[in-house]
Amino acid sequence: MPQIQIPSPLRQYSGKQASVDVPGNTVGEALAGLVSRHPDLKRHLYADDGKLRAFVNVYVNDEDMRYLQKEATELKDGDTISIVPSIAGGR
Amino acid sequence: MATLSDVKPPEAVLSNDEILRYSRHLIMPEVGMEGQQKLKAAKVLCIGAGGLGSPLALYLTAAGVGTLGIVDFDVVDYTNLQRQIIHTTADVGRKKLDSAADKLTAINPFLNLRTFDTKLTSANALELFREFDIVADGTDNFPTRYLVNDACVLTGKPNVYGSIFRFEGQASVFATEEGPCYRCLYPEPPPPGLVPSCAEGGVLGILPGLIGVIQATETIKLILGQGDSLAGRLLLVDALGMKFRELKLRKNPDCPVCGTHRTITALIDYDQFCGIRGQEEPVFGGLSLMSVEELKKKLDAKADIFILDVREPHEYQICHLNGYLIPLGDLPKRISELDSSREIVAHCKMGGRSAKAVAFLKQAGFTKVYNLTGGINAWADRIDTKMPKY
Repeated sequence: MPQIQIPSPLRQYSGKQASVDVPGNTVGEALAGLVSRHPDLKRHLYADDGKLRAFVNVYVNDEDMRYLQKEATELKDGDTISIVPSIAGGR
Repeated sequence: MATLSDVKPPEAVLSNDEILRYSRHLIMPEVGMEGQQKLKAAKVLCIGAGGLGSPLALYLTAAGVGTLGIVDFDVVDYTNLQRQIIHTTADVGRKKLDSAADKLTAINPFLNLRTFDTKLTSANALELFREFDIVADGTDNFPTRYLVNDACVLTGKPNVYGSIFRFEGQASVFATEEGPCYRCLYPEPPPPGLVPSCAEGGVLGILPGLIGVIQATETIKLILGQGDSLAGRLLLVDALGMKFRELKLRKNPDCPVCGTHRTITALIDYDQFCGIRGQEEPVFGGLSLMSVEELKKKLDAKADIFILDVREPHEYQICHLNGYLIPLGDLPKRISELDSSREIVAHCKMGGRSAKAVAFLKQAGFTKVYNLTGGINAWADRIDTKMPKY
């Protein structure tokens, strides 16, 4: 089952879990499974039109899904999906 | 980075005192006399003398970087000291530039330190960057992140990037000749308010140390022309799990600033780009504000007013206004605990989260709901000065 890594700013919406195992054959299916299990995550990942937000990057293992087949990217057993939102802190 | 590594002006000759000082570098083949001279000839601009800027400036200075520029307009305060290790308790109230200058020149009197007591803006960034070889980004907000990136791309200077939040950090090197830039990674900033700042969300004190030292390392590698730089890779640091991971970064051919069909060829208005107008004002709930003075008056008059505290329980432990605690994230499922017929004033630490709570409650049909401007910090500043401020 693919594992989705949740970054700390979003863990308050995933029941404090750092990673969630979700079934799915594609990245899109796995992310849909994630937000159905943790509905509070939805508005942080998706815009109102149902598209993933532009400042939320999704990686399959170490590759940006924008350079794979985006949400149609097929998943293998043991793949890791990482959600990497932009952070700006520095002071 | 060939152009940078080839630079070896004749004036970068080391004195005997410097040779002794840099002895541990000079006996390493990767640095040696040639590398140390490159360090001395190098000019690095550090944006910010705060959390990331502290370790960056301290290590670059100790390592023998010849010219260090620092841009900062801030003053040291007590909340800085938990992580901004270049400043001490005695420096509270001083300009960060003055405080940093004392420490840096004490560490290395050979340093040519250039301080810029100004906010980095679209009007001054290009001129400033042109005088340096490398820019190290230690800023704390999205508009300045995009400004630093674009100015680096436009002037052809590598951008040594680091950013932090709570227990997590990111580091990379952007805007090298062949590599991706920050906009290739994040084409758009998040809308204001969605991603909390360190002031709202907190940051572990050692985290800027970890990430700032990674930035210093990358800066020195670029100067020496040694090793594999983080260009094309994003390093993710999770201090809680103590895990370091890396992701591939690609140059986006459609990037508006460094791609093949560039639409951004000059600096823009970055506050507008990031959706920020005015300083830190909440974008919603604008008309339903209550000042701490108004709240005090109402409480003194024993008016019927319900104080809703939308902070986290661990913040309530620091200080509170005897409010009813429902953390912002729990509000949707606990809304039934609130009485919409009563006058409600919502507050958090500074007013950001409570603005969201007010907007949410208004959408849910509440009409008599107000946001306490400036949050409990404003109360501590102006009403109860004995209250701890955090």
